[in-house]
Amino acid sequence: MTKAAVVVFPGSNCEHDAVLGLELAGATASLVWHTERDLTGFDLVVLPGGFAHGDYLRPGALAVISPVMAAVSAFAERGGPVVGICNGFQVLTEAGLLPGALQKNDHLSFNCEDATLIVANDRSSLTQGVAKGTKLSIPINHFSGSYVCDAETLMHLQNNDQIVLRYAVNPNGSLDDIAGVCNEAGNVVGLMPHPERACSSLLGSVDGLVLLRALVEASVFA
Amino acid sequence: MAAPSLEPIHRQLGLTDAELDLVIEVLGRQPNHLELALYSVMWSEHCSYKSSRIHLRRLPTTGDRVLVGPGENAGVIDAGDGIALAIRIESHNHPSAIEPYQGAATGVGGILRDIFTMGARPIAVMDPLFFGPPTSPRQRWLLEGVVSGVSGYGNSVGVPTIGGELTFDPCYAGNPLVNVLCLGALPTERLVLGIASGTGNLAVLLGSRTGRDGIGGVSVLASAGFSADDDQSKRPSVQVGDPYEEKRLIEACLALLDEKLVVGIQDLGGAGLVCATSETAARGRVGMDVDVDAVPTRESGMEPWEIMTSESQERMLAIVTPEGLARVQELCARWEVRATVVGRVTEPAIGSDGEPLGVLRIRHGFDGPIVAEVPASSLADDAPLYERPLARPADLDARHADRPEALPEGDVAAELLQMLRDPVWVYRQYDHQLFLNTVTGPGSNAALLRLAGPGLPPSTRGFALTTDSNPRWCSLDPRAGTALTLAESIANLACVGSTPAAVVNCLNFGNPTHPEVMWQLSESIDGLAEACRAFELPVIGGNVSLYNESAGVDIDPTPVLGLLGLVEHVAARPPVRAWAAGDSVLLAQLPEVSTSLGGSRWAREVRGHSGGILASLDAPAHAELCGAVAALVANGVAGGEQLLTAVHDVSGGGLGVALIEMALASNVGLGTSLEASATSLFGEGPSRFILGTRKVAEVTAAIEAAGGRVVMLGVAGGDNVAFGDVSIALDDARRASSALLEEATV
Repeated sequence: MTKAAVVVFPGSNCEHDAVLGLELAGATASLVWHTERDLTGFDLVVLPGGFAHGDYLRPGALAVISPVMAAVSAFAERGGPVVGICNGFQVLTEAGLLPGALQKNDHLSFNCEDATLIVANDRSSLTQGVAKGTKLSIPINHFSGSYVCDAETLMHLQNNDQIVLRYAVNPNGSLDDIAGVCNEAGNVVGLMPHPERACSSLLGSVDGLVLLRALVEASVFA
Repeated sequence: MAAPSLEPIHRQLGLTDAELDLVIEVLGRQPNHLELALYSVMWSEHCSYKSSRIHLRRLPTTGDRVLVGPGENAGVIDAGDGIALAIRIESHNHPSAIEPYQGAATGVGGILRDIFTMGARPIAVMDPLFFGPPTSPRQRWLLEGVVSGVSGYGNSVGVPTIGGELTFDPCYAGNPLVNVLCLGALPTERLVLGIASGTGNLAVLLGSRTGRDGIGGVSVLASAGFSADDDQSKRPSVQVGDPYEEKRLIEACLALLDEKLVVGIQDLGGAGLVCATSETAARGRVGMDVDVDAVPTRESGMEPWEIMTSESQERMLAIVTPEGLARVQELCARWEVRATVVGRVTEPAIGSDGEPLGVLRIRHGFDGPIVAEVPASSLADDAPLYERPLARPADLDARHADRPEALPEGDVAAELLQMLRDPVWVYRQYDHQLFLNTVTGPGSNAALLRLAGPGLPPSTRGFALTTDSNPRWCSLDPRAGTALTLAESIANLACVGSTPAAVVNCLNFGNPTHPEVMWQLSESIDGLAEACRAFELPVIGGNVSLYNESAGVDIDPTPVLGLLGLVEHVAARPPVRAWAAGDSVLLAQLPEVSTSLGGSRWAREVRGHSGGILASLDAPAHAELCGAVAALVANGVAGGEQLLTAVHDVSGGGLGVALIEMALASNVGLGTSLEASATSLFGEGPSRFILGTRKVAEVTAAIEAAGGRVVMLGVAGGDNVAFGDVSIALDDARRASSALLEEATV
């Protein structure tokens, strides 16, 4: 069975939810404390949502120097699937594992609501095998989710098929409606929406399972 | 703080001359300055409930499910499957009036600590908020600050805010109300109380350093009203919150409790360290020796009275055994939480009856000189109780006689649009989904959550929460108004299929030295007590906030009720407010319908009229009708056939507002033959539900079997809501409902 590591920084708060989502998608998942230096034995790594180190300085800025991040980088370099959700996305951009940055929402307030996403690539570890153009209903929950990068980077992202998800209706001012991106290899993915919050019809949507199942599948071949 | 004063020191600290005499009698000597400071905060209205306690005794507090009733940090009920729920409601009105962001943020932080003190993980917050009309810049500043404060702290600390209330009325312009309810869940065997025991055990202060913020918050701020120039001079009495510190404190404390390393634990809230040490010592009837020099401080040179009364946030006091200390420090280090031994449990004093008595000693150094020594229970429990004079307001009879029913009819459609208000601007700023429990969240009749969370035994049960208040009703008749408010809460829970289990209350009233205010408080408590007995519900916790006044004018009586209900089995979502085209829309009510425009939103908000009399409540019939609706909904929620497609109780704004809200939620209109008059559309009263269904006969039979009556309102369809000849387009209604808040906050 696929073994997932869910990294916990002090201030993370979606780690239990990420574990539940991954388990529903068919993996076993364990919490990994931020001082760990070894991710041996795990097939995929998730950086969950929350406020790592209180979001002090900038969201994600201090998490970069947590000891676990060296292991996450090494895991990514070997081609292992790494997914950052919300605050985890912010950590991955701060760590330089993904291009661009997440700024405050253009309306300058926190926003928790359902969003319609459009799958924009089918080669990332989170969307492998999911048809481009698939519409997914998945909640967003963030203050700093407006994706920005310079024009050259944006063109690079577009030309290299690195835009993973777009918003159907842009909720935060993100460039090119970007909700998620991946690295060139496609194994490292960051997204602002929370797929783990859309894994039960009781809670309103099971569309998050489409992404998490693709991730669990992808890790088998990684 | 205030300008230099020639007042004696005890009066500057908020103690009356008679209270000083009582302190001298208790101690058998003059108190020193430190001791005087301890009594002034512990005997403040906020900490001691000295004006309300004799009245609160009339509330029923026991029930089969009650594990912990009022008097502890939170009430606790047995929710089944080895899971207990801890619940509490608090006010943070006065700090929020001065510094809205921090006032609201620390209100959330404070109540979370009350919950995890009991061993429960906080899993839900609700925030009933009351402001003046949002058309003024100051009210917008307050509203935006408070909502950002709840959002900034609650989202970051990782507790979903699943609902609340938003009320605008001129009476709150000078004194907004910010109430916060928190619910936590725990494996029943982890339940722990704030009691010190075991001579030789250690008192360990966890969390933040102690600073000069919030000194005298309970006595200076929360126990006096506001005058014109107060809001600047009182700002240093507001505390500053740090949700990141609190998040680590929650995790550290729950880890300590999981390993059974804690003998007793108490949060530091109002009145800070003196409150936590004296309450744990008084409950345990032990001595508590505190080394004031051991307390980590944010700045040097803090005086003992400052250290003992500081309300610096994010601190807890744990009583641990000397053998357990090393492991406690290890776990706290993992969560980067400071843990410092600041005191120890010592032998109690012996009272005149020969029984052990708690005693609080404050020393310089563990075996150093004693700088204060007082009986702990005298601080915690023996504040003077006031039976303040009561007086029925002199103008009440004239107000009752001045019926809004006599007002001339206006443009009903325009008036209806004026009452629409969509609070989505508020709740989309709150994380309301964390922990994957929220089946229905804010914007619904009541919040319905799965009974689940990290570390809990598995369960398919659920629980429901609602907060309700109606100051318009309560200003006309606090007794009946409070009872009607509880009836509305029960109706809200019925809409999500839930059976009510326990009540908490936050009693927001004016200045208790005004006899009219004390009459309102006493009547409201009697109304709540009567209604709780009628509905067989225990009150398991509460908070009283007095001195809500501005420039000598008291707020309307505002008892806020939180009602917790249980759901046996949650397998499917309940119907929401939205019907589908073709659904039959029914009104379920009692055979004898009682509604009134007295105290209605229409009278107050549209016509500026505050007279009249209230609708009457038939509690047994109401309970039966709500039970029938709850059973219909619960059957579908449990996985059986859901006969209802939509459900909404009729409350503030009457039938007209309820029907438009449902039409907007579904984006499908409805034609009715309801008379387009204020009485018909805006009259308010209990025991009415709007139900959407395709199974009219079965639903009707279920309602009638419970003694109710069903009226067919129409079949859903189109893009208008019509009342006879008067028709309102959904597009107009949508614009109107979002106008007030969106415009107010651009």
